[in-house]
Amino acid sequence: MESVHHIKDDEIAVLLNDLLEQYGYDFTDYSFASVKRRLQRVFSTDRFPSFAEFRYKIKSDPVYLTYLMEQITVNVTEMFRDPAFFQTLRKSVLPVLATYPFIRIWHAGCSTGEEVYSMAILLKEMNLLHKSVIYATDINETVLEKARKGIFPLTYMQQYSQNYQQSGGQQEFSQYYAANYEYAKFSESLSEKIIFAAHNLVTDRSFNEFQLIICRNTLIYFNKELQDKVLHLFSDSLEQLGFLGLGAKETLRFTTAASLFKPVAPKEKIWRKIAT
Amino acid sequence: MTSLLKLLVIGGSAGSLDVLLRLLPALDNSWPLAMIIVLHRKNDNDLLLTELLAGKTMLYVKEAEEKDELLPGVIYIAPSDYHLLIEPDGSLTLDDSEKVNYCRPSIDVTFTSAAEVFGSRLYCLLLSGANMDGSGGLIAARELGAFTAVQDPEEAEVSFMPRHALNSTAVDKVLTMTEMIGFVKSLQ
Repeated sequence: MESVHHIKDDEIAVLLNDLLEQYGYDFTDYSFASVKRRLQRVFSTDRFPSFAEFRYKIKSDPVYLTYLMEQITVNVTEMFRDPAFFQTLRKSVLPVLATYPFIRIWHAGCSTGEEVYSMAILLKEMNLLHKSVIYATDINETVLEKARKGIFPLTYMQQYSQNYQQSGGQQEFSQYYAANYEYAKFSESLSEKIIFAAHNLVTDRSFNEFQLIICRNTLIYFNKELQDKVLHLFSDSLEQLGFLGLGAKETLRFTTAASLFKPVAPKEKIWRKIAT
Repeated sequence: MTSLLKLLVIGGSAGSLDVLLRLLPALDNSWPLAMIIVLHRKNDNDLLLTELLAGKTMLYVKEAEEKDELLPGVIYIAPSDYHLLIEPDGSLTLDDSEKVNYCRPSIDVTFTSAAEVFGSRLYCLLLSGANMDGSGGLIAARELGAFTAVQDPEEAEVSFMPRHALNSTAVDKVLTMTEMIGFVKSLQ
C-alpha cells in the first residue's frame, strides 16, 4: 500500500543540495515537510529500489529532472477558485484600476493558468482588457506551456462555470471557450493580453511595476524567511496604493513587509500597499 | 521543543463529529498533549466547526494556520481543502496539492507527516467513516514507531473506515467510545 522505505530528512537535504548545485533550483527555503512528501511520492511511485538510485537518476538524467520539477512543485489550481476572492476583485479592486490609463497585473506562481484566464474574463467583462496586460509567471516551464495553450479538460467546466457564477459572473460562461472532444480551448481574445514567462520567486528580481499582484497558494510552500523575501519583492514591484491578493489561508503575519500593506478585504486576503 | 511534546492526531469522516462531541468534553485543561483533528467535510463553514468544538472543551481550539507552532493543550483543526503537514521543528504547513483518497485534508497525509517528526511520541486515532483514508497513514505511522488506535467498527456510525484500517494493518488498540475517553484522558 505504502512504500517501505521512508526517505530520511538528511537524504532529502542531499537531494535539495544536488538540485541547487547542479541545476540551480533552490528548494532549501521551501517548506521541508511539503517538499519531502513530494519527493517521497515520486520515489514510491517510480519504485526506486534505493535512495542512491533515485539520487543517481536525478543527477544523471535531465529529462527525469524536468519531470521531477513538475512533481515537486504543486500545480493544483482551478478557474475562479474561492469565488469570493474574484467577486472582491470585481467589486472593489478593478473599479479602482479602471481609473488608470493602463493596467499592469502580475500573476506570480500562475501554474497552468486557470486563474489568469479568470482574471482576463473579469477584465473583459468590465471592458478593461484592451488597456491591460497580465504578466503570468511560474518557475515551471511545463505548466507555462499548458497555460499558453489555454486548453483545459472539458469535464471541469461545470465546476468552473459554477465558480464563475458565484464570483458574480452573469454571462454565459461557455462563450469563453470552444469545446472540442474532451477539451475546452479558451478564446485567444482572452490570452492576447497575457504574457506567460518563466520567473523564479526565489532567485529572480522585480521586472516591472504593477497595480495588482496576485500570488495564491504559493507562499504556503515557503519558509518564513523566503516568504519575507518574496513579500518584499512584491512590495517593491507594486506602485503606491497597488493591490496584493494572496491565497485563502495565507497571511502577512510573519513578515516584516506587513507594515507596508493595509488590509482591504481581510477574509478574501487582499491588501493594499500604503503610500509612503 | 518537539523533543518532549507528544501529539495526538484524530482522523475522522462520516459519523465522527458525534464522537468528537463526546470525547472532547472529557478532557480538562491540564491535558498535556497537542492535538490535531483531521475531519473530512464540505469545503465551507470552517469557522463553524472550530466554534462548535471549542464550545465542547476547556482546551483551546483553533483552526490550524500555516506555520502555527504545536503547543501542549491546544487542539488544531485542519482547514478544509488543504492537507496539513508537520515540519521537523514542530510547526504546521498547509498544502493544497492533489487530493489523496479523494480527500483534502487527507488523514493519511497528516498521520504520515506527523509520524515522521514525532515517531513514538505520536498517537493516531482513526474514527468512523465511509472512506479508506487513514489506513495507509496508520501503516506508515506504525512503521515509524507511533501508537495506533481505531474506533471499534461495531460502535462506529459508519464502520467502513475503521474496518478497512483493521483489514489493512495491525493496530495497537480497538476502542469503544468509553475506552476511547479513558485512553485519551490517560495520555500524558
